[in-house]
Amino acid sequence: MSEPLIYDIGSPGRQGATLPVCDVPITPIPSELVRANLDLPEVSELQVVRHFTRLSSLNYSIDKGFYPLGSCTMKYNPKVNEDMARLAGFAQLHPLVDNEGAQGALALMYQLQQWLAEISGFKAVSLAPAAGAQGEFAGILMIRKYHLDRGDTKRTKILIPNSAHGTNPATVTMAGFVAVELPADANGDVDLKALREACDDTVAGMMITVPNTLGLFESHILEVVNAVHDCGGLMYMDGANMNALMGVVKPGELGFDVMHYNLHKTFSTPHGGGGPGSGPVGVGEKLVPFLPGPVVTISEEATGDEEAPLYAMTMPPKSIGRLKAFYGNFGMHVRAFTYIAINGDQGIKDITRHAVLNANYIRVKLQDTYKIPYNRACGHEFVLEGHFEGVENIHALDISKRLMDYGFHPPTNYFPLIVPEALMIEPTESEDKATLDGFIDTMKKIAAEAHENPDLLRSAPHTAPVSRLDEVRAAKQLVLCCRPIPEQGG
Amino acid sequence: MLAAIGVTTIEDLFDAVPSSHRFPKLDLPAPLSEMEVTAELSAMAEANDHAGDFAIFRGAGAYHHFIPSALGHIVSRGEFLTAYTPYQPEISQGTLQAIFEYQSMMCSLTGMDAANASHYDGATSLAEAVTVALEAGRGKRKKIILSPAINPQYRAVVRTYHQGRELKIAGDSGRADISDLVEMLDDQTAMLAVQYPNYFGQIDDLNKLAEKVHAAGALLVLVVNPLALGLLKSPGELGADIVVGEGQPLGISLSFGGPYLGFFACRTEYVRKIAGRIVGETLDQDGRRAFVMTLRPREQDIRRDKASSNICTNQGLMSLTAAIYLSLMGKHGMRKVAELCYHKAHYAAHQIDLLLGFRVDTSKPFFHEFVVKCPRPVAELNALLVEKGILGGIDLGVDYPHLKDHMLIAVTEMNSKAEIDALVDALKETIQ
Repeated sequence: MSEPLIYDIGSPGRQGATLPVCDVPITPIPSELVRANLDLPEVSELQVVRHFTRLSSLNYSIDKGFYPLGSCTMKYNPKVNEDMARLAGFAQLHPLVDNEGAQGALALMYQLQQWLAEISGFKAVSLAPAAGAQGEFAGILMIRKYHLDRGDTKRTKILIPNSAHGTNPATVTMAGFVAVELPADANGDVDLKALREACDDTVAGMMITVPNTLGLFESHILEVVNAVHDCGGLMYMDGANMNALMGVVKPGELGFDVMHYNLHKTFSTPHGGGGPGSGPVGVGEKLVPFLPGPVVTISEEATGDEEAPLYAMTMPPKSIGRLKAFYGNFGMHVRAFTYIAINGDQGIKDITRHAVLNANYIRVKLQDTYKIPYNRACGHEFVLEGHFEGVENIHALDISKRLMDYGFHPPTNYFPLIVPEALMIEPTESEDKATLDGFIDTMKKIAAEAHENPDLLRSAPHTAPVSRLDEVRAAKQLVLCCRPIPEQGG
Repeated sequence: MLAAIGVTTIEDLFDAVPSSHRFPKLDLPAPLSEMEVTAELSAMAEANDHAGDFAIFRGAGAYHHFIPSALGHIVSRGEFLTAYTPYQPEISQGTLQAIFEYQSMMCSLTGMDAANASHYDGATSLAEAVTVALEAGRGKRKKIILSPAINPQYRAVVRTYHQGRELKIAGDSGRADISDLVEMLDDQTAMLAVQYPNYFGQIDDLNKLAEKVHAAGALLVLVVNPLALGLLKSPGELGADIVVGEGQPLGISLSFGGPYLGFFACRTEYVRKIAGRIVGETLDQDGRRAFVMTLRPREQDIRRDKASSNICTNQGLMSLTAAIYLSLMGKHGMRKVAELCYHKAHYAAHQIDLLLGFRVDTSKPFFHEFVVKCPRPVAELNALLVEKGILGGIDLGVDYPHLKDHMLIAVTEMNSKAEIDALVDALKETIQ
């Protein structure tokens, strides 16, 4: 049974929210300013609640089950985070309150900047970017401005391994650079020879994901960093995979100049069906003046033991500028702060250790059933190939859809691009052994089904709210809005 | 588990990390219990001057509006909150249909043919509109015209986004009005953008603007307050090509500036050029109506360095919030709340204008924000208002030097007559 559209529920005159009677004198509104018609639903509160509750039941979610979605770090989102973000003092705080009226919020942001810098070994952090992609963009703009500030105008290229996420090359183009792809070697690492050949005085920097998108820690990471630094370039680390690194290694200490964090991955802020994210950037000494702003600084040190310092919003001197209105996704900062405070030093280390343990456990348990290219100790995720020798026309997608029938969310499909029929599996630290074993058994069962009754996979899912969709039809007969096109002027 | 993997300790799994840098000291505080963290954060939250304790007359891009109770209950559901991007449509129909309904309602509000699933906020939506306009001009038109009456932060974000590209930004360095902006149109112009109502709350006469912009071969981009569209003529009626804005007034809490909702709507001809996620209707294999992310080849994960934007996320939960808000308010509630804002703002403006030394700018019609020339520096006035539990308007002189001693006051349905009268009395006291 499909859920009707909200526009198709209700009847004329209904309204789902009450409003007070106007308690001031009415001012006539000039009729030429007023719109002809407003085509919105007319539904009661109960109809709205039932409609969206029924829609919610059509979703898979972390609260419902295991989400081994590689590169997305779908860990449990602790409920207390939500309560903290909804405290009136945060949720009802106007962004243009003067610094004096926002000391609590500024103290929280300052502390989070410090904690994130400590976790990754950087000199300073800006919380301004609204999401990982914006953090990347900020990072590349900082590299650009750094070179221009030194009067170096010939650096036009950014190097990117071919295993990179699509945002990396898109970011490079957006910032006005040319993306140059580097091949991987037989071991899944950056090909050092190709890297050294590409390094010259036209290279502005390199973007690299650590561990890489195969889930592998680069075997020669220090050589990679040095090669780029030696030609005058800066190193950008995509921090999407920080869940594999906390307490294990600090990117700043490896020589990286800039990195973005994904608070919605590593620091447990909820994905919300696609956002909001939050993508702070951390930088080494060289890039501190270029950080996107504003950042929170201490304007007056504490005088006595009991006194708190005075915090202020500041624009760094050579800042690349504002990335959005106001100060980043503050609600996400509150959640990440809560998460770090509850976990503390030991908890943060344990997150990475258990995430990596879980990924390696699944990898080893599935290595006899599925082909795993580059099969060595992985980080928090690994990639296997979703096809079988001797079985025609079974793809990673079919395995994914069949997993739904068993109550699991599928792994990431077809990424990274350098592995055929890629299925990227990231269990996170949230799951216990029983859940992992259940997933492993199911993956083995599906492999058996692929040999015995492959149509079962090809026609999956069988138990989801809908079957496979006609995506070609969606793109060709574009229906993006359910209402008739209103009258337009111009 | 370790035995199955074939190692003796978890630490053995990290051999690939250079030993010189492996397992550094982590200087973080000891773990706290949920009870302790709640106490600590509650204290931090209460250190802020928030709307629970203050009467808010501050807007300038973030507005204090009523949020119906049902909204918070629905949005907090784990099925929405903890779901990923709907790349697997068979088990994401809840998110997908909600986005489709959001897109439909944004089309209704703006009078456009299509809307995407959202950008980060109003400012970044405008920056993305610039990219679309430059593409629509086939890369040959490299100039854009921005009204100085667009939110200064939005204009700053456009400059941040496009600093790596060859782009000339005209119009916003001085005090240009709409007719001055029209004068700047030429065959190099890709777009002209104005805010409606503008940053000062005023409703400019835009009736002939689209015709002139189109005659020059450029696109008309409107930056709008969606709540005002409950009452005001739609951007579609005004001939806009692209409509962007901040969706925060649609049920999203102030939250110190984020997360908010950047909406983006446009005419059909630009749909294939816009960035970000878009949800479309289709059928499943059994012929049932269903929804799916569509036009995917525009996006960065497929198009890589040829993509026009790197955006991956949308403000999923915020677009859901707006969809629920628009459903609860509906056709009639949206009109009523906009009217309440209008009447209360006009009452406040009238009362303040009666005060000796205060002058309200009534040169143009306004919606729920207005400019007041003050007899004393705005910072001084605000310091006095804070003592009375009132958050006054922002100081316009900071971004507009010619508006020194001018305050931008916002009034919404949340401000009772008693609150407005208290503001007027407090302002009166500052000059006695």
